[in-house]
Amino acid sequence: MASTLELEREVEIRQELEQLINKYGKDRAALKPILHDLQDRYRGIADDYMQLLADMLGIHAIEVQEVVSFYSFYNAGKKGKYIIRMCQTMPCKMVGAKEVALALEKILGVRFGETTKDNKFTLEWTNCIGMCDQGPALLINETPYTRVKPEDVEKIIKECK
Amino acid sequence: MIIESNYVSTLTFAAVNSEASFASTQKKGAQGIIDEITASKLRGCGGAGFPTGLKLTLMAKEKTHPKYVICNADEGEPGTFKDREILTNYAELVFTGMAIAAMAIGGAEKGILYLRAEYAFMKEHLVAVIAKCKVFTGFNIEIRSGAGAYVCGEETALIESLEGKRGEPRNRPPFPIQSGYLGQPSEVNNVETFAWITTIMSKGAAWFNAVGTVQSAGYKIFSISGDCKRPGVYEFSMGTTIAAMLNAVGGEGAQAVQMGGASGQTIFADQFSRKIAFEDASPGGSIMVFGPQRNMFDVAENFLEFFDEESCGQCTPCRKGNVQLLVAVRKIKAHLQGKEMCCKNKEQAHGCLERLYSLAETMQIASKCGLGQSSANAFLAITKHFADDIKCGGRK
Repeated sequence: MASTLELEREVEIRQELEQLINKYGKDRAALKPILHDLQDRYRGIADDYMQLLADMLGIHAIEVQEVVSFYSFYNAGKKGKYIIRMCQTMPCKMVGAKEVALALEKILGVRFGETTKDNKFTLEWTNCIGMCDQGPALLINETPYTRVKPEDVEKIIKECK
Repeated sequence: MIIESNYVSTLTFAAVNSEASFASTQKKGAQGIIDEITASKLRGCGGAGFPTGLKLTLMAKEKTHPKYVICNADEGEPGTFKDREILTNYAELVFTGMAIAAMAIGGAEKGILYLRAEYAFMKEHLVAVIAKCKVFTGFNIEIRSGAGAYVCGEETALIESLEGKRGEPRNRPPFPIQSGYLGQPSEVNNVETFAWITTIMSKGAAWFNAVGTVQSAGYKIFSISGDCKRPGVYEFSMGTTIAAMLNAVGGEGAQAVQMGGASGQTIFADQFSRKIAFEDASPGGSIMVFGPQRNMFDVAENFLEFFDEESCGQCTPCRKGNVQLLVAVRKIKAHLQGKEMCCKNKEQAHGCLERLYSLAETMQIASKCGLGQSSANAFLAITKHFADDIKCGGRK
């Protein structure tokens, strides 16, 4: 028997998803825009969101999970407030991405693939982000930073409130 | 937010007035558009080079409605940023081109701009330009976001993504022209292609095909990066030699160039007299320049790491093959640096390489989409170029 808290939580989530369904539609094609909003809001799409969304769209839970697992900008679980994606493709590597990467690890105190303890920053590699004429390049959430030097990293991190 | 390139050659796009182009196009009507674009010999600018006039013709023949016009702005091929520049500074041409295409194919329900997630920073700017274009074209365009998957640049994977599924390429036939988004006829074109449609309707087919080669007419936009003094976005006529291109960007003395992205062709210095054209050094939109100091096996390794990660996983030869080639490249690198000898002698190394070539061939034949069909390209070109070194373990 579900506890009152669980039921309340379910109602809350269903209301939230209802708003997103009103915005984007109830068909399968609405799934990605809905997931995108959830990812932006919570930096991840939790299990209960996936289950309830599937129920409300009339599809299997696995059909939601398989979409979340496919796209590198979606994740189950939770990432930091600021997701730092450092480009690791050749043109950026050729102009010093490695040194910038080391500076990021040093200043944040985490390795690539990890999130800082205060849940503020997640540090990740990503593939070509289309800034090859002005590397090394990275994204922090939606904002690109280009021509990044190791000595710029501290300032860039400080600007993330 | 705007990210611009330092070095941009003067692009023809700067001289085209979208509104005027659309107005004069309306007078020509659907068949007029198809005739002009066909006569121009414009080919798709996303890498595959399918004749645009033919695509419009086939779309116009489809009797099912609704039809969709989809702009592929997923620009994920390594080394490619030309569409970033075009959307930043010439988005009007792109959206007008979509409206012109809609006219040519007998009307479309709406246009969809599939914008890669990494370009979300320009979304606000694009929304404003779409609204501006709608005033004179009357055409609705919706922006839909990618979510960090290179394979969604493949048109059927892109459509799967729009439909809310994993971005796994489809079997073809049927092609998007017959059965695309939601099973409806869909005109899918690259950003640059739409910009050329508007430009050609303004300046005329004869202007466009006055330059270029027999099989590759007109002008093309390139993103050029790597070991060169002036990386940026350039416009060249088709048929320009690689050597001439390198002069323009300050990449003289290069060891090799990668034409058309990580999935393209690796061309070494002895072949720099070759022409940039579909029938020769195939264009795509990306040129990466490698100076003499580069270890080309670092390049092969980087590209295979890319494909290994980006493979959708459907086809076993691609899903498993990329990993095997990556392992092999790392062994070859170590081998050449004298760190370990996995093969005891020249004959064993030769046999090893032959098996890897056979694997690459399997991937090319048996993969459903362009990713698996071309991910071995750089590996093959680079290992074949340095085959003697590999067999001798780096010692001549």
